[in-house]
Amino acid sequence: MATGTTTMTNDTILKVEHLSMKFGGLMAINDCSFEAKRGEITALIGPNGAGKTTVFNCITGFYKPTMGMLTLKRSNGKEFLLERLRDFEINKVAGVSRTFQNIRLFSGLTVLENLLVAQHNVLMKASGFTVLGLLGLPAYKTAAREAIEKAQYWLEKADLIDRADDPAGDLSYGAQRRLEIARAMCTGPELLCLDEPAAGLNPKESLTLNTLLRGIRDEGTSLLLIEHDMSVVMEISDHVVVLEYGQKISDGTPDHVKNDPKVIAAYLGVEDEEVEEIEEQLDHATVEGGTV
Amino acid sequence: MANGYQNVQEDVMAKAVKEGAVAGIIAFLMFLVFVGIETYQDINNQLVWRTRWGLLGVFVIVAAVGRFVTVGFIKPHLDKRKLAKAKTGILEVSEEKSFFHKHFLKIALVFLLCYPFLAMMIFGRQGSLKYVDNFGIQILIYVMLAWGLNIVVGLAGLLDLGYVAFYAVGAYSYALLSANFGFSFWLLLPMAGILAGFWGIILGFPVLRLRGDYLAIVTLAFGEIIRLVLINWTDVTRGTFGISGIAKASFFGIWSFDVGAANNFNKAWGLPSSSVYYKIFLFYVILALCMLTAYVTIRLRRMPIGRAWEALREDEIACRSLGINTVATKLTAFATGAMFGGFAGSFFAARQGFVSPESFVFLESAIILAIVVLGGMGSLTGIAIAAVVMVGGTELLREMEFLKHIFGPDFTPELYRMLLFGLAMVIVMLFKPRGFVGTREPTAFLRTRKAVSGSFTKEGHG
Repeated sequence: MATGTTTMTNDTILKVEHLSMKFGGLMAINDCSFEAKRGEITALIGPNGAGKTTVFNCITGFYKPTMGMLTLKRSNGKEFLLERLRDFEINKVAGVSRTFQNIRLFSGLTVLENLLVAQHNVLMKASGFTVLGLLGLPAYKTAAREAIEKAQYWLEKADLIDRADDPAGDLSYGAQRRLEIARAMCTGPELLCLDEPAAGLNPKESLTLNTLLRGIRDEGTSLLLIEHDMSVVMEISDHVVVLEYGQKISDGTPDHVKNDPKVIAAYLGVEDEEVEEIEEQLDHATVEGGTV
Repeated sequence: MANGYQNVQEDVMAKAVKEGAVAGIIAFLMFLVFVGIETYQDINNQLVWRTRWGLLGVFVIVAAVGRFVTVGFIKPHLDKRKLAKAKTGILEVSEEKSFFHKHFLKIALVFLLCYPFLAMMIFGRQGSLKYVDNFGIQILIYVMLAWGLNIVVGLAGLLDLGYVAFYAVGAYSYALLSANFGFSFWLLLPMAGILAGFWGIILGFPVLRLRGDYLAIVTLAFGEIIRLVLINWTDVTRGTFGISGIAKASFFGIWSFDVGAANNFNKAWGLPSSSVYYKIFLFYVILALCMLTAYVTIRLRRMPIGRAWEALREDEIACRSLGINTVATKLTAFATGAMFGGFAGSFFAARQGFVSPESFVFLESAIILAIVVLGGMGSLTGIAIAAVVMVGGTELLREMEFLKHIFGPDFTPELYRMLLFGLAMVIVMLFKPRGFVGTREPTAFLRTRKAVSGSFTKEGHG
């Protein structure tokens, strides 16, 4: 695969450089650059319409960016330019999997089958692209058993083991969210991208979600998530990137971002007379902080 | 209380009379022009018309009485039964299945294996010809076609309106290759399937970028293109005249069914000369082909490719996010479906001994699709039942000679075939919107195998 022009340090898994996305006359993302570190939870936040989901769709191959470079480095040192891969290869080759803002499960398949579909590429190879599997060779049977074991592992993690044989469409909203994460994890990704995983969850479900996501991180998968629920963002993320109108306005630890006047202005809005005051503060801050 | 009950009863009767009358009036207005008036040409080739009040009356009375009986008797009876059941606390859907229900597939298979001999025993050697050929083989061909299309429409959710094209490719492959090169049926059967599958891939490449309605229209167009090529490429296909005298299938090359041949099957076994033995042989061939289709479909569903087909039907975007190559997956579904269409086509050519573009019109595609939808998309059992009902039902109409006594000697029941076909479809879809078998069997389970209700599965959108 193509190698990125810039060298990446080993602890960076995803590097977004000068990403721009134009829809007709609308600049949805304008020259946005950030990095996601390996083994960390990186959160992408911003007001509605800031372009978070667009960034996501560029990274996961659903949009082709107008400009910019998206470099992913796998743990074996291989680098991939995501914008050059075909949509399904981003998962298959580069090891990036995602969930969706509006849940996209295979509602007519059972919970277990959902997780088996996610292991398609591994099973395809084991079944000799169906030919050997049709003949009933033992290699495929072993692979199929292993796939079910892997699914079982993630079902237990997501607390869905009792619902394994029910149709996915029959699950409650919170359970569907967890199943979608479990399904994404069954593809064996190195980077998991979550589009608003806590949307529509009650506080208790949010809490279990936090535990699940931390568990995933501790097992070595890096996470990139879009989230509106600040309790989730501030509690679990190691690194926060803030977008507004398609541009990055802040980048740093949750505490840093929380106190950044630019972020506060973006989220709360400011009165006209305060604008100058804040701009002054900002100038001051950039002089002091240097790289804010 | 009793008085009140009586009042309700009277209300129901009044309502039934009223609704019956309304239904009668509507039927009268609807059928007045269609049924009440008939146009025909007289001796001078002039178009004249006459009235058929009697027939119109029959239609109106059937509608009025039907509605009256439904509202006045059948519905209250059903309601009462439901109420009684609710009171006793027995679930509407009983968990216990009857013996027949549980062993349905085994019983059906045993019946099919005995069917030709049962027909011979009951109707005699020549009498059974009709039952083995027109009913048995004809229905099984449609079962096989519908099971093939089921892979494309029922599993992968790709609406294909031109499936008959692959049937035609299979039939013409056999007809042309056997006429020009003299290859045997047993060599050409797999070849026809492979050729049709190959065509499936060729047609699939440009077509499968489209989704939903657009895909349906383009597949429809491809189906017509194949037919028009068959009509117009007269040098090879002899156009509308078709290809006749296609070689019969042999008994695996050991015995021939040609009358003049030295190794004639009937002579070798000391049987009286009759074509019924060839038909019985063909019956078992198509039965075996059907079983092969069912076996492969069942096996494929448990393979990653089969699961990917069903996942594709449920949500294509999610499939892509999971690293599934959706184009390749769709192509395999298209090619596999086409291959079974090709098998059926080559069998059709061998059975008929004659192929012409007439046999591969759009109506055939529509009937096959209707069988898949009526049976319940994805369900092999449901589709087989639908094929029996639809194809067997229309064949049965040819036998309804007694209807002539009711509607007069001019009445030809076959002509009402399509009307009844449509009527049956509307009725089934009203009462069973997900087809005869609306549930889906999961392909893997952890603890218990539970059927997935049809309300969760999707129909696919391209």
